[in-house]
Amino acid sequence: MAAKVNNAHLVFALKLTIHFISLFLLVTLYIEAANDQLGADPVEAVLHFTGIGAFNLLLLSLLVSPLAQQFKWSHLLKVRRLIGLYSFTYALCHLLSFLAFEVQFDWGLFINEIIERPYISVGMLAVVILFLLTITSFSMMKKKMGRNWQTLHNGVYVALCFVALHFYWSVKSDVIEPSIYIAMCVFLLYFRRRKIRRWFHRS
Amino acid sequence: MIKNITRKSSPWQLTENQVTDETVYVNRRQALKKMGFVGATALLSTHTQADWFTKTATTPFARQALTASPTITTDEALTPEAKVISHNNFYEFGTAKNDPVENAQQFKVNPWQLSISGQVDNPITLDYEDLYKSFPLEERIYRLRCVEAWSMVIPWIGFPLADLIKKAQPNSKAKYVAFETLYDPKQMPGQSSRRIGGGIDYPYVEGLRLDEAMNPLTLLSVGLYGKTLPAQNGAPIRLVVPWKYGFKSIKSIVSIKLVERIPPTTWNILAPREYGFYANVNPQVDHPRWSQASERRITSGGLFARNRIETLPFNGYGEQVAHLYKNMDLRKHY
Repeated sequence: MAAKVNNAHLVFALKLTIHFISLFLLVTLYIEAANDQLGADPVEAVLHFTGIGAFNLLLLSLLVSPLAQQFKWSHLLKVRRLIGLYSFTYALCHLLSFLAFEVQFDWGLFINEIIERPYISVGMLAVVILFLLTITSFSMMKKKMGRNWQTLHNGVYVALCFVALHFYWSVKSDVIEPSIYIAMCVFLLYFRRRKIRRWFHRS
Repeated sequence: MIKNITRKSSPWQLTENQVTDETVYVNRRQALKKMGFVGATALLSTHTQADWFTKTATTPFARQALTASPTITTDEALTPEAKVISHNNFYEFGTAKNDPVENAQQFKVNPWQLSISGQVDNPITLDYEDLYKSFPLEERIYRLRCVEAWSMVIPWIGFPLADLIKKAQPNSKAKYVAFETLYDPKQMPGQSSRRIGGGIDYPYVEGLRLDEAMNPLTLLSVGLYGKTLPAQNGAPIRLVVPWKYGFKSIKSIVSIKLVERIPPTTWNILAPREYGFYANVNPQVDHPRWSQASERRITSGGLFARNRIETLPFNGYGEQVAHLYKNMDLRKHY
């Protein structure tokens, strides 16, 4: 009984921490950027921070189940959805900041860039996937969708690959940081190797 | 766009005390870094971590006041000095825009030697003091358009490259001019580590056709905002070619060589499909990965500044330079 209460408390504390850090960073980012206190080009700073933040959170969300397995602590899985939701939140901020502050509501340019620039196209696709996962993330939807839910949510691995590609293609010459991120993606996908192999055998 | 003026003081001097000190920007970036949320390399970077402890102990790069007569000005709003000197692409000191201001403060520029050699009858070597004394210094306010689609307006101090080349007396074989940045991995962390330097093969090299180099707009800059250049902006001497993308304007130059054949240029070697030899500002020719039709002008506004403006052919200097490319297909020679 006592152990159960402790677990619930721990999960609650973890969730609170995730809320606090994710929101605090995002709010301070926009306040500082609005007041021109974020380097010479606040637009670039906001785009970099929200972009890499979304990627970090996505990686973190995919680290949850390997960690839970390793430490045999299944309660950890209860924070996975929240981390995923914040990854989408950051990705959405990234996209909306690009629209509002980079191209500044030049819709023609916005649509053109999404269609014509491969690195932006794959980034956009990743946001669309994360959006679909977000709106189907509630337990009610999970029940309603039955087996399809898991199929849809395996799309997170596709999103992960798109995000990695988006980062790798977006840099000018400094590919080392994106390469480190790709290595982290491969590491996390390695834990799902059986699942992924099964897809390929089926098709 | 350009008008010649004769006045004693520079138009930016009134506003100098209104701008934010650059340490504010640097501190904010440091604060973000401390929150440990800037990606994997920040975690691996011992250089950055050492910075947190040594930052207060280091003295910033010293700049001296320079006198120059204003010759070219504009009525466009200037980019505040604090932004000009904290937002730099100078991969020798790191690939992030704020890396150079953080990593270049210990850069030694005195003594310095700049040699003018190759197909010339009178090779010249300029020492540190000569850079400021050999030619009358002018102040010129130029637009700087980066290939990444942002731009600034900067009051440079310098002298026409043509003055120096004439003094060296190029011979009839001289067709191009090749420039080279200092190679000193001990001082420039980007040159000793491929990770910090963005995977570029150093030294950084650039080039111009001789007629481009001799154009009166082409400037060798030794200062900005009334003082000698900060290290992060390419001290002690750099090129400024205002109708070309910023990467042509090579920093911290040690060698200028008059040559017969088209010289190799760093970004062209790295990605020939993305960066040509000419690199003239051209809204008609997109970078493969983004549009060049418009740009964000960096001034004093924050996130909500509406600063996206149309990009002009030759960055608005067509009147002075378009004739150089009269019979050329600029889509092919981008």
